[in-house]
Amino acid sequence: MISLADILAEHAEREGPLLPILHDVQKMFGHVSEEAMREIAHALNLTRAEVYGVVSFYHDFRTEVETRPVFKLCRAEACKARGVEALVPVAEGQTRVKVEPIYCLGLCSVGPAALVGETVHARLDSARLTALLASV
Amino acid sequence: MKIRISDDALAIACGADTVARAFIQAGAEVERVSSWGMHWLEPLVDVDGTGYANVTADQVRAIMAGTTESIGSIAEHPFITRQSRLTFARAGKTRPTSLDDYYASEGWLGLAKAQAIGAEATIETVLASGLRGRGGAGFPAGIKWKTVASAQAATKYIVCNADEGDSATFADRMVMEGDPFMLIEGMAIAGFAVGAQKGYVYIRSEYPHAIAKMETAIAACAHLIAPFIVEVRVGAGAYVCGEETSLLNSLEGKRGEVRAKPPLPALEGLFGKPTVVNNVLTLAAIPWILTHGGEAYASYGMGRSKGTMPVQLAGNVKHGGLFEIGFGITLGELVNDIGGGTDSGRPVRCVQVGGPLGAYIPPSRFDLPFDYEAFAAADALIGHAGITVFDDTVDMAQMARFAMEFCAVESCGKCTPCRLGSTRGVETLDQIIAGKNVEANLALLADLSETMKFGSLCALGGFTPYPVMSAITHFPEDFR
Repeated sequence: MISLADILAEHAEREGPLLPILHDVQKMFGHVSEEAMREIAHALNLTRAEVYGVVSFYHDFRTEVETRPVFKLCRAEACKARGVEALVPVAEGQTRVKVEPIYCLGLCSVGPAALVGETVHARLDSARLTALLASV
Repeated sequence: MKIRISDDALAIACGADTVARAFIQAGAEVERVSSWGMHWLEPLVDVDGTGYANVTADQVRAIMAGTTESIGSIAEHPFITRQSRLTFARAGKTRPTSLDDYYASEGWLGLAKAQAIGAEATIETVLASGLRGRGGAGFPAGIKWKTVASAQAATKYIVCNADEGDSATFADRMVMEGDPFMLIEGMAIAGFAVGAQKGYVYIRSEYPHAIAKMETAIAACAHLIAPFIVEVRVGAGAYVCGEETSLLNSLEGKRGEVRAKPPLPALEGLFGKPTVVNNVLTLAAIPWILTHGGEAYASYGMGRSKGTMPVQLAGNVKHGGLFEIGFGITLGELVNDIGGGTDSGRPVRCVQVGGPLGAYIPPSRFDLPFDYEAFAAADALIGHAGITVFDDTVDMAQMARFAMEFCAVESCGKCTPCRLGSTRGVETLDQIIAGKNVEANLALLADLSETMKFGSLCALGGFTPYPVMSAITHFPEDFR
């Protein structure tokens, strides 16, 4: 098991290491906790407020654990043009999976598109979305 | 029998991995290559140059037996032959992270040429090419490089802006996933030309495949670009970090807030050092320009828009994908002739060019040529050359509302017109959509847009009025 200290040590030599550290912390622990923010701040000689300011600025970072699988459905213009809004009730009609909006996956010619972990999905329709939500 | 299937994220999202596995199980040898950019045909299987479109795993045996209908030669497909592929010359043909394939297709010739002619002549070549920043602003790349080159500093940086957040754009992603060495070579040439030792590629976290390919490619070619070093940095879901000063703050480990200019990043950029910040497509065009000469590149295009632009056809379009062509082609040719109109088969109602900050343009203006100046004169922008096509079911009041809502969600909060204006914009549009004091609220919205346009610190607040006001101007019936 990699500890926070290991992550901090790994990035010690980097210029501007805060974002790489936060990404690794979130990947390892699922979120960036209050305690982690204090430790990171101490290691980088920043205030806790500065670290919290960065964590809260970026959509990717969570301060609470999300226990459900996360499903990111693209809601940007190109996916809207291809009908994603009609799929939103399908996505929100269940509670097992946490559905979050994402703005563009670069799959704009084959939308509606979604990202689950690092797996991409395209050409979603109601049936495919329902099956996908059941499988994650 | 040589079978080639793309391993681009879009092909994978359409099922390319499943198809590739089925071919391997059937005993075929499969090479995973970059994408041709004909997205409506994915998964596209290339069997000795012949294409099979929208392939599923159960068609594999029939394709190998030659009993399935093909689309003919991929390279001779009209979508391909009508293009002028300079940046995307290798698309569909090479294995993205194969150094052998890159060497065999003019790879590293641009860097060798730069080193042979020297830094000053390299910048002169870029100036002669007329290359303008492909991220949207259209600033001449050579002038930016010259500014950084003449700045006196022990440390300088090359920063590649790969925070491709605009909806309808995927050319940066395709470069990074399909031809990563070309981008790295472009960065190494830039580093050589301006005297920078280190380069960063800032890639958005929404592009896991691009991040992986770039990491692999950088490790494979580190010895070829030394002493120049390239490092990948991953964004964290903030659209505004596509703005160059916000991106620099993010790279430094700060909130991605926009910086006031001056000072220009060229003089005081990353960690306060002189920095070239260029878009992926700008840097990716560099190896070709060095290899073939600035004049050869400038022979494409029109007016002050020189060279080619990888146009991205997206949204409700029949033939979506990547279409690289010299500037000057009209919007109508792109949408109707090449794109084939809508995928739904309904009439085209409008297109949005340039992402969420771009104007909505009705078919009556499809005579507009793809040219920075012509678009600016029509109160529109080329941006990163993404085109989103909408059919006649689109509600333009909802799209205008979304533009304001997106700005509110993504605003960095630094300047008031953007931070507050976007939220007031959503509220005003809600009133209009509900039919309350429509004329007065439209006047208020126009006034608010004016304030945002001229009072915002960067393009997010400054350009959000483009989609809003263009929707009201061209489609007034959706608001009353």
